[in-house]
Amino acid sequence: MNPGLSINNNFRVVLSLLFALMLATVFSLSFSDSVYAATGTSSIEDRIRSVDTGGLTAEQFQVEPKEVGFPPFSAPKLKTKDYPKIMGVSSRSIVWVVAQMHLFFAAFVLAVPLFVLVIEWIGVKSGDERYDDMAHECMKISMTAFSITAIFGGLLAFALFILYPQFMGYMMNVFNTQVLLYALLFFAESFFLYLYYYSWYAYRWGNKKWVHLTLGLMLNVVGTTILLLANAWVTFMMAPSGVDDTGAVTGGIWEIIRGPLWNPINLHRFIANIAFGGAVIGAYAAYKFLSATDLRARAHYDWMGYTANFIAILAFLPLPFAGYWLMAEIYAYSQQMGITAMGGILAWLFIVQAVLIGTILLAGNYYLWSGMSRTQGSSRYTWMIKYIAMVLVTCFLIWVTPHTLILSASEMKLLGGSHHHLLGPLGIMPAKNIAVNLMLIFTFLSFQLYRRSDKEVTVGWAGFGNALMVSIYVVAIVNVIFAGVYYGYFTNTVYKVGSSVTQVVSTLVVIVSGVIIDTYMFKGAKTLPSEWGKVSNRAQYALFALPVAFTWLMALMGYVRSSVRTNWHVYTVMKDNSPDNYIPAIGFAGNMMTIVTVLFLICVLFIFWVASLSETKQSRPAFLTGDK
Amino acid sequence: MNLPVRKLRKTQSGTVLFNILLFSFSLTLVFTLVANLLPQVEGEAPLEVEIDLSAMTMDSFVSLGENIFSGKGTCTLCHNNMGRAPDILQLSMVETAKQRLADERYKGVATTVEDYFRESMVDPSLYVVAGFGQKGSNDTVSPMPVANKAPILLTDIEMDAVIAFMQAKDGNDVTVSLPEGLPETVAEEQGGATAVAAVQGPAETAEQALAKFTCTACHAVAGSESMVGPELNTVGSRLDKDQIRESILNPEAVITEGFDGGMMPADFAKKMTISELDMVTEYLLKQGGQ
Repeated sequence: MNPGLSINNNFRVVLSLLFALMLATVFSLSFSDSVYAATGTSSIEDRIRSVDTGGLTAEQFQVEPKEVGFPPFSAPKLKTKDYPKIMGVSSRSIVWVVAQMHLFFAAFVLAVPLFVLVIEWIGVKSGDERYDDMAHECMKISMTAFSITAIFGGLLAFALFILYPQFMGYMMNVFNTQVLLYALLFFAESFFLYLYYYSWYAYRWGNKKWVHLTLGLMLNVVGTTILLLANAWVTFMMAPSGVDDTGAVTGGIWEIIRGPLWNPINLHRFIANIAFGGAVIGAYAAYKFLSATDLRARAHYDWMGYTANFIAILAFLPLPFAGYWLMAEIYAYSQQMGITAMGGILAWLFIVQAVLIGTILLAGNYYLWSGMSRTQGSSRYTWMIKYIAMVLVTCFLIWVTPHTLILSASEMKLLGGSHHHLLGPLGIMPAKNIAVNLMLIFTFLSFQLYRRSDKEVTVGWAGFGNALMVSIYVVAIVNVIFAGVYYGYFTNTVYKVGSSVTQVVSTLVVIVSGVIIDTYMFKGAKTLPSEWGKVSNRAQYALFALPVAFTWLMALMGYVRSSVRTNWHVYTVMKDNSPDNYIPAIGFAGNMMTIVTVLFLICVLFIFWVASLSETKQSRPAFLTGDK
Repeated sequence: MNLPVRKLRKTQSGTVLFNILLFSFSLTLVFTLVANLLPQVEGEAPLEVEIDLSAMTMDSFVSLGENIFSGKGTCTLCHNNMGRAPDILQLSMVETAKQRLADERYKGVATTVEDYFRESMVDPSLYVVAGFGQKGSNDTVSPMPVANKAPILLTDIEMDAVIAFMQAKDGNDVTVSLPEGLPETVAEEQGGATAVAAVQGPAETAEQALAKFTCTACHAVAGSESMVGPELNTVGSRLDKDQIRESILNPEAVITEGFDGGMMPADFAKKMTISELDMVTEYLLKQGGQ
């Protein structure tokens, strides 16, 4: 056993537990007064006095003791002077950076065990030990990230309580014991995480492996519960439930948690986290591939990178549909909020989103095309790559075409307005819906061709199967274009929105039927020789483009989600009267996103380096071996 | 013997890290560049200002209503020409209200246009225009938020001002009474504080004209920082005299990048005197050069 490594691991364990303890203490202290008030037997006025009002008077809290029981706290009405100022630094900017860093790492450490468990299970079922080794290696990276998550979580808690004490006081009052449960779950998370990781080789075979898989399952149950509880705070701020117009709690904790946006956000974050986690692991594999000095290591990390990219893209494909559901629910909750996001000043952000998702899809496709060089069987399909690339680039350009153009007055006069007569129609939603769906369909085509590259079909109905697959592609593509053009440009708004559902269904039909047909058609297929490691270095940079774009995209969408509340801490219930209660311009927001993305990347590269360091063993110095 | 191998590994690892950082940083800069190339608009929170009700005239009350309609009330978010809700600015609302009152689908108790307007703001589902109801409600539930509840929170006086604006905008008589009493705090978009100090009668200076026609409620000019409409502090460097005049008299002729059409009143040609138009044009021409 390497003693240095042991100390390092023990240190990590102690550090993480300390931060978990610190978080629990902070949360416990913040609402302990509420618990006292709830369980005490003093008069209602005494109870009100006993609760931490964050420096506000009872009048400001609008306390109306209507009946004996828990005091019905309303949301405080704050003035600008009620917000603490720390050295003239923008409170929002501080919280923005720290919260985003915490969320990036939290997304990563919650996602990795999810697919690690699946990979480990595949290893058990297939008997291929490579899966088990890869799963363990993924967890190794996640361990360091877990400590960093806790560090940023602690910083975030302190930042919020120091900079927004009244707001946090109100939130603690509303969520009450749920926050304690959240803090306690960190102990459970740490318990299962360390047990899962450090028992990996102790519980390697036979029944003990099933015990190990159960530990992984428990780790994911706890991790997902943490995600769902934290999501409840966010969705409460966007669409509060279980409180009245003044913010006073009227319902039970379940009613508060289960707001109208809770499930859509849960699903969206769950899927997005997996895509994000897969992308970061892919970047690790790329880093190791590029640093490898022997072919065996290159082959291993090439395979690991492929698998991670597979996970990332597979999770990414249904993400737009989860996002669609979320936006539909936002519109259903408040049309005003929906329009602020999609048709107000935030609408411009979706041009940036198009650039980011376009980057992800182009990088993902490029990696698949490069990976086809691993097998000679790919020569059957490589002629199609240029056409797929053309479609993707054309769709990407349509997607980023703005509705109105940035022009000078003289240019506008020459053009006859800010809408170009040809490009203008490409700037509206129907054109973008066509572009997005075609990009997804053609990305799936790349993926399907890649999967088929190293296989030679043996079933007798292969001709029929291929014809059926081609037909499904053609019908879906025609349907996506027809629905977009006809309903988008020649009918009214109601049908315009409805047509996007038809397009989404067409895309899903291609993906689902493609998977089903290939599964049966390539059952027992002849496998052609593949050479892992035989892929270009450029392809590895595509693997890095994915997490960079994913990270920036997460920051962007988080900004949109947060900004739709406009000048409300808790929408319609608690106004934000801080100096930062406006929606910042997109340029400023973009700069903030770049700062957090670069910070995250530096931390991630540090994690990769530390992971490599743990594998490095210093040679015994010459003076100890006696060599001169 | 192992030394050269270790050294090579270290060198490669450092180079790889550097290349990855360079690549990743360059990519983030591309995204940052795109974000900075787009129109830069801030979403200002409504600013609360105190107005003197005793000095209020009906014209300034109507102006206040117009400001609230496009500002704090966020009415133009949906009531525009994009088909999200009936385009109030294009409809003759008094006539429309009379038709709705006579419609059998109307479920309210109002008998006058003024009461109908007030009712439609506090209980929008009493009459839902066909095709604009909440999805699945068969046009029985309106998606419109209640105007005097959060997040809009219009006061009674503010709702009266909006009613006055909707009555006056098509040349109808205003039936709502002017508010009386002590100074009242209302919310305006930033820069909208000038709206209630609107000058009546022909303006004598460009600043007075800007205040009279509430230009500063939406545009950043003359001390206002409002970003609802294009900023005008540098308009003189972008537009010539004819273009400025055209933008005032026919605002739909050219829509500035990043802003929706239908936001700016199209009736300044009827409302402004020639002298006021000249003063405002000359004033704007001097903003930012020329």
